[in-house]
Amino acid sequence: MGAADKVVKITKRALLFGGAAVGGGLVIGYAYLREKPGTAGFESHGTPGYALNAWVKITPDNDVIVAVPRSEMGQGVYTSVAMLICEELEVEFDKVTVEYPALDGKYINGFAITDGMDAGGTVLPWLITRIVAKLKMIVTGGSSTIRGDIYTMPKAGAMAREMLIAEAADLWDVAPGECRAELGEVIHDATGRKIVYGDLADGAARRGVPTDIPLKDPSTYRLVGKPIPRLDVPGKVTGEAEFGVDVTLPGMLYAAIKQCPYYGGALVSYNKEAIEARTGVVKVVEVDNGLVVVAETYWQAKMAVDALDMVWDDGGNGDVSTEMIRQDALSQLESGEATAIVDDQSALTRLDESGGDVVDAIYTLPYLAHTCMEPMNCTVVVNGDRAEAWAGTQSPTMIAWGVAKGAGVDSDAVDLHMTYMGGGFGRRIEYDYVVQAAQAARAVEGRPVKLIWSREEDVSHDVFRPLAVAHFKAKTSKEGPIEAMSARVALQSVNYDFTQRTDLSFGIEGATDRASTDGLRDWPYATGAYHLENLWLQYPVAVGNWRSVGHSHNAFFKESFVDELAHKAGEDPFGYRRRLLKDSPQHLAVLELAAEKAGWGTPMGAGRGRGIAVHESFDSFVAEVAEVSISARGELSVDRVVCVIDCGTVVNPDTVVAQMESGIVYGLSAVLFGEITIENGQVVQQNFPDYDAVRLREMPKIETYILASGTQVGGAGEPSTPPLAPAVTNAIFNATGKRLRTLPLGNVDLVGV
Amino acid sequence: MAFSFVVNGEQRQVDVDGETPLLWVLRDELGLTGTKFGCGIAACGACTVHIDGIAIRSCSFPVEAAEGSEVRTIEDLAKGGTLHKVQQAWIDNQVPQCGYCQSGMIMAVVALLEEIPDPTDDQIDEQITNICRCGTYTRIRKAIHDAAKA
Repeated sequence: MGAADKVVKITKRALLFGGAAVGGGLVIGYAYLREKPGTAGFESHGTPGYALNAWVKITPDNDVIVAVPRSEMGQGVYTSVAMLICEELEVEFDKVTVEYPALDGKYINGFAITDGMDAGGTVLPWLITRIVAKLKMIVTGGSSTIRGDIYTMPKAGAMAREMLIAEAADLWDVAPGECRAELGEVIHDATGRKIVYGDLADGAARRGVPTDIPLKDPSTYRLVGKPIPRLDVPGKVTGEAEFGVDVTLPGMLYAAIKQCPYYGGALVSYNKEAIEARTGVVKVVEVDNGLVVVAETYWQAKMAVDALDMVWDDGGNGDVSTEMIRQDALSQLESGEATAIVDDQSALTRLDESGGDVVDAIYTLPYLAHTCMEPMNCTVVVNGDRAEAWAGTQSPTMIAWGVAKGAGVDSDAVDLHMTYMGGGFGRRIEYDYVVQAAQAARAVEGRPVKLIWSREEDVSHDVFRPLAVAHFKAKTSKEGPIEAMSARVALQSVNYDFTQRTDLSFGIEGATDRASTDGLRDWPYATGAYHLENLWLQYPVAVGNWRSVGHSHNAFFKESFVDELAHKAGEDPFGYRRRLLKDSPQHLAVLELAAEKAGWGTPMGAGRGRGIAVHESFDSFVAEVAEVSISARGELSVDRVVCVIDCGTVVNPDTVVAQMESGIVYGLSAVLFGEITIENGQVVQQNFPDYDAVRLREMPKIETYILASGTQVGGAGEPSTPPLAPAVTNAIFNATGKRLRTLPLGNVDLVGV
Repeated sequence: MAFSFVVNGEQRQVDVDGETPLLWVLRDELGLTGTKFGCGIAACGACTVHIDGIAIRSCSFPVEAAEGSEVRTIEDLAKGGTLHKVQQAWIDNQVPQCGYCQSGMIMAVVALLEEIPDPTDDQIDEQITNICRCGTYTRIRKAIHDAAKA
């Protein structure tokens, strides 16, 4: 792959000064590191060793263990965060092991929260920052790990290195400045003496925190910026890697669940005695939103759940349907009361004036499920006023709240064990299944209970990417900028729903939820006047964070619409974008490279087409070119996707490439198949046949190129998903002349177009 | 009921309901958790193991049907500290992301290569229908070709 050999730049300026400029979470992390460099219980947690701070531990046998309090769900953070620490620590990377440390306030990284949630004008970022600190919030999401940890983790490694050097210098009675560290040893060049870290760790750990912690010149980096093999991969090819669902404990019971099919419904009656009389069944427990059967084996629990005869009250939502919601959303889109997010009334005035080339388009996107490969699960044991829990999660802090809530204990009395996650995608930041596991465990106190949701529960009781509709209108002209433009989006508020159901007291207001307008507030195309409105829709359907969140729908609206404008202006879609992005160099650079690598403008042949899209999200700029073929029978094939990312700064280029590939496929599954529908108050889709995913046979060729501009630190976990959908539908337009304003393509007839 | 079969070269006996899917017997009775639960209806392939050399989806395979057969799981691929060539190709290509589907994916690929030592892309598309929600397919395809040549 070409990406690995691209030149990677990290500016020292970004490392040293970026933290102060980029948001509150970083400042907290930095302050903690400076003022409270304690070991956060790291020493006694996991493998014993001497902890030099809360991130670096060295054993007498010279093993180096680093704490990575970020959740590994396939995005490679165990490796990339360890690289940041070890770059400065000066150790042999393939000998390093990673531990997930005990939950501690030192590991807070509210970056994801502060970056994603400070609702424009309603809640001040500093207030959220303080709440995050008070709540000891540890979150992995919002493509935030590198964006936050790049400023703090090198410091943690450098601090430990300086303590080891100081210890060696004292031992040899020389000045620390005469010593240096290399590959796990401190070296005194003048005398040729060397000593391994393992022999220094005990003494070094007793030393005070050095006042001067110099950082390396990035030009001397050995790890950061290079494609380093991931530390978690070997265990994932042998079956040894432990996921939440694999947790096995002495005396453990198994649990299966059936949840209420209606939003806001309630259990009226069920056949408790018949179920509890079944072989192996220990107990039926009423939990939040459903019934859990606890049994000696999982299969006994699952069979018992299937035999439940439950009567539900529909909570007044028995007539809810996505068709009703879609029609209401479209109706409100035209006549409902919206909130101006970018307020420029002159845009509306200019659009009302006659003349010019006007494009007026309405777009509709469906609810989407996450379908992590590993269904939701959690293991909990309750003992008196304490609880212990095992789970893979995007936020251990919130999981502790969930356990506390379900087990009736204090959240400080919850001991957590993190496992790998079989997919996160925003689903595993929720704690619904955790509360239920803890409620079940509380009912059989003293015995661990592993609750595993079935795939049917996982699909039908997901928190969905909201159904979203948009009305875009603009006047364009050949060779000039977009004269005037108005954009209105209408959807449920992800952050409002999420904070409400998880007791996060941020005071998020749905009308100004940033997620709803992400990707539209900073309109990059040259435009005379731009007006943006958000319309907050409220339905009983639970909505949540779905990979790239608001960008997932807004990039489709934006890049489909710009394509329509280009067509109206009679211009090439790439040329039109390039012309209107001339003042946005990072958009322009990825766009131009993607077009070049894709061979934009070369002939495609009958039934084939090319589409382009560019979008900024999570501080990264991504352009994608999709190539499609449509057969005479209307069968679509996405043949190739060329992807260019400028994430500014690259820690592990191979994981950046992997994340681009991943986000593209995740987006493609949604484009081809993704749609959750509701009829008679109940979710229709249940499992992979009716909520399908891309398999090898649907795979396009994917080529990824990294442009590292060095001007920012961007995320990688999500930014390749948003441009994929419009790149594909723009390609279909190019091939057929048919403009698609809705998804998935499974609902669209492409025969004879 | 008692059922007896060979698992990874060892004779094993379990006493469970005959309709219990082999998946849960492997995971919960025999402690072989490398095989994963994904969908429960043989749609995703996360639970793929071999029975007498054939790849099957163990979530929908009743244990009574395994009576007397030879079952092979992901735990049996590496021998004496040496990885199977498919596992090695998976590492060389840095295939896994979350990794949850990869045990089943690897078992499906091992069975494919035993049947077709050097498969074409079309044969791969036809035979490997497992789902990976992280979308590691680009690397999976390359790793299959690498393993075929190893």
